[in-house]
Amino acid sequence: MKTQDAHPARAAWLVVTGLLAFMLLLAGCGSSSNNTTGKELTKIGKGEGALSLISWAGYVEPEWTKPFEQKTGCKVSDKVAGTSDEMVQLMRTGQYDGVSASGNASARLVDGGDVDPVNVSLVPNYKTIFSELKDQPYNTFNGVHYGIPHGRGANLLMWNTNDVKPPPTSWSVILEPKEAAKYKGKISAYDDPIYIADAAVYLKAHQPNLGIENPYELNEEQFEAAVNLLKEQRANVGEYWSEAAKQISAFANGDVQVGTTWQYQYFELLGAGKPVAASPASQGFLPSEGATGWSDTWMISSQAKHPNCMYMWMNWIVSPKVNAEVAQFFGEAPAQSLACEHTEEKNFCAKYHAENPAFWKRVYFWETPVSDCGNGSSDCKNYNDWLNAWTAIKG
Amino acid sequence: MGHRLADLLHGRPRLQVGALLAGPVGWLVIGYLGSLAVLLIAAFWTVSPLSGELTRSLSLENFETLFNEPVYRDIAWRTVRIAALVTVTDAILAFPIAFYMAKLASRRGRAILIVAVLLPLWSSYLVKVYSWRTMLSSGGIVNWALEPFGLHGPGFGITAVWLVMSYLWLPYMILPIYAGLERIPDSLISASEDLGASPFTTFRRVILPLVFPAVVAGSIFTFSLTLGDYITPRLVSNSQFIGNVVFNNFVTNLPLASAFALVPIVVMIAYLLVARKLGAFEHI
Repeated sequence: MKTQDAHPARAAWLVVTGLLAFMLLLAGCGSSSNNTTGKELTKIGKGEGALSLISWAGYVEPEWTKPFEQKTGCKVSDKVAGTSDEMVQLMRTGQYDGVSASGNASARLVDGGDVDPVNVSLVPNYKTIFSELKDQPYNTFNGVHYGIPHGRGANLLMWNTNDVKPPPTSWSVILEPKEAAKYKGKISAYDDPIYIADAAVYLKAHQPNLGIENPYELNEEQFEAAVNLLKEQRANVGEYWSEAAKQISAFANGDVQVGTTWQYQYFELLGAGKPVAASPASQGFLPSEGATGWSDTWMISSQAKHPNCMYMWMNWIVSPKVNAEVAQFFGEAPAQSLACEHTEEKNFCAKYHAENPAFWKRVYFWETPVSDCGNGSSDCKNYNDWLNAWTAIKG
Repeated sequence: MGHRLADLLHGRPRLQVGALLAGPVGWLVIGYLGSLAVLLIAAFWTVSPLSGELTRSLSLENFETLFNEPVYRDIAWRTVRIAALVTVTDAILAFPIAFYMAKLASRRGRAILIVAVLLPLWSSYLVKVYSWRTMLSSGGIVNWALEPFGLHGPGFGITAVWLVMSYLWLPYMILPIYAGLERIPDSLISASEDLGASPFTTFRRVILPLVFPAVVAGSIFTFSLTLGDYITPRLVSNSQFIGNVVFNNFVTNLPLASAFALVPIVVMIAYLLVARKLGAFEHI
C-alpha cells in the first residue's frame, strides 16, 4: 500500500470534493415548510381499514383494541415511544395517524404543523369529558382544539421502606442538599430536561421570593435557581433513569433508595414484593409541594392516511367503558367522567381524584417550555435552553 | 440478450470492472458517505426553538455553543480519556494472552483459547452490559465477593465504565496481536536468546517492534469503539459521553448533535493518521 501512496491520496481528494459538492447541493435545497394547519375533518366517512398509532406503553392494549377492530374494521398497529422527544420525531416521519402526546410534546407538534385541529363535534364522547381537562394550554391553541384528553396522573416520590425513615412528605428528601446528602448515591432522578420543572415546583414552595408561578415558564433568575438546585443534587444522585426497566432494577437491587417515579414502576415493584412505598394519588397524598405530572392528549397527524379511523379511535378511547379499562390498567385518573361508573374497583375514581379538581391544582402537567411567559413578557427559557441546561446539569 | 451483454463486455476490462464494482461502490458512496454528508451539513444548520423545525441556512452557532460551554469540552475530554485508558488496559491484558496463544499453547490449547476469546462476541452487547450492571450493583456479586475482605466494589460510575468497556473490547485487541505474533518466526526469538539477550531484552528489542503495528491496529478498534459508545455509560454510570449528548440532542436539536458528532470523527482521523505513521496498515 505504501508504494502506491499517490493513488489513495488522489482517490481521497476525489471523495472529499464529491462530498463537499453533495453538501452544497443539499444546503442549497432550502427548506420546504409544511405548515398546513386549519383543515379539520367535517364528516367522518367510512373507515380506511387500518390505523397506525404512537403511544405510551400501556395505552394501546389488546383488551380494548380487539373490540375496536371488530367494531370499525380499522386494524390497529401501535408503536410504543419512550419519551416525548421520540414521539415528536416519529410524528415528523408522517407515517402515523395519531399520537398520545403529553404536554411537553403537544405544543411542538402543533407549531411544527405535524398535527391537525380536531373537530370535537365529531367525537360524541368528548362532551362528557371532565371539563377541567378541556381547553388546556397543552391541548388547545389559540382557541382551537388539537386533541382529545386521555387521562392524567402525577409523578410520584417513591422510597424503599427499609432504608428511608421516616416516610418523606416532601421533595426535600431528594432536593434539599443537606437532607439529600443523607441518601448520597442512593437517589434516583428522571433523566430528561423536563425534570428541571420538578426543581421549580420545589422552589415555588420553598423560595417564594423567586416568584415562580408556572414551573414551565421560568425567567432567567428562576431558571438559574432550579438548574443550580439540580447541579447540587447531582452529587447525591445514584442514578438517572429514563427507561422504566432500569429504575425498577435499581430499586430492586438496592442501588437507589428514594427518587421520582411513575405509577408503572411503583406497581411493578410492589407486585414483585419489594419494600417500596410512594405518595401516589391513590393514597390521597402528594408531597407537600405538589408534583409535576402529565395529562395526555390523542392528536391526529396532519399527514394521516386513515383520518376516519383516527377519529373513531379518539371517540373509542374515551368511551366510558374503555376509558375506565385504560385508566385502571395504567393506574391513572380517567378523562371521561362517565368512566367512573364502569371501573371494577368501585371507588377507583375517588382514589385517583378523578372528580376532585382541588387535587389537580397541585399537579403541574408537563408543558413545552417556550419563551413566551404567558404574562406579556417573552424572556422565559425555551425548550432548547432546558435541553442545554440538562446537559450541563449532568456534566 | 445474454449474448449481447457478453459482446458488450468482451474486451472492455474497464467496463467489466465498473459493472462489478458499481453495486458496492454505489452503496459506499450513497448509503454510507452520503448519510455522513447529510449529518455533517446539518451541523451548520440551526433549529427553531419551539417546533424543532430545521432552519437550513449556514451558521456557526452550534460550534460556538460547543466551544463556549465548558460542559461540552469536559465531556469530549472525558470520552477521549476513557477511550485511551481502555485502549492501554486492553493492550496490557491482551498481550500475554495473545503471546501464550501464538507461541506457547499446544494446538488444542490454542483452539480452546481462540474459542474462549470469540465466545463473548456471540452474545448480545446489551446482555453483556446488563450482566455487568447486575454484578456491580450494591447487592451484586462483586460486592459480595469483596465483603469478607472489608472492601467495596466500584459501584456505578466512571470506574465501572472503564471496567465494562475494557471487557467488551478486549477480543478486538487480542486477535490482531495474536495474528501479529504468529507472523514472527520462532527462529528470531531463538536467535536473540543465542546472542545472549535476556528475555526482557528479547521482548523489548525483537518482539515489541515487530508486533507494534498489530497493537496499533487493535487499538484502533478499542479506541474507536469506546469513543462512539453511549449505552455503557448510560447503564453503568451517570457520566455523559459524546454519544450520550448526540443521542439526547438528536431529536430536538439535530444540528447541535451533528456538530458534536464531528468531534469523534476529527479525533479518529487524527488517530488514524498517527496509526498510519506507526505502520498499522502495512500488512493489510
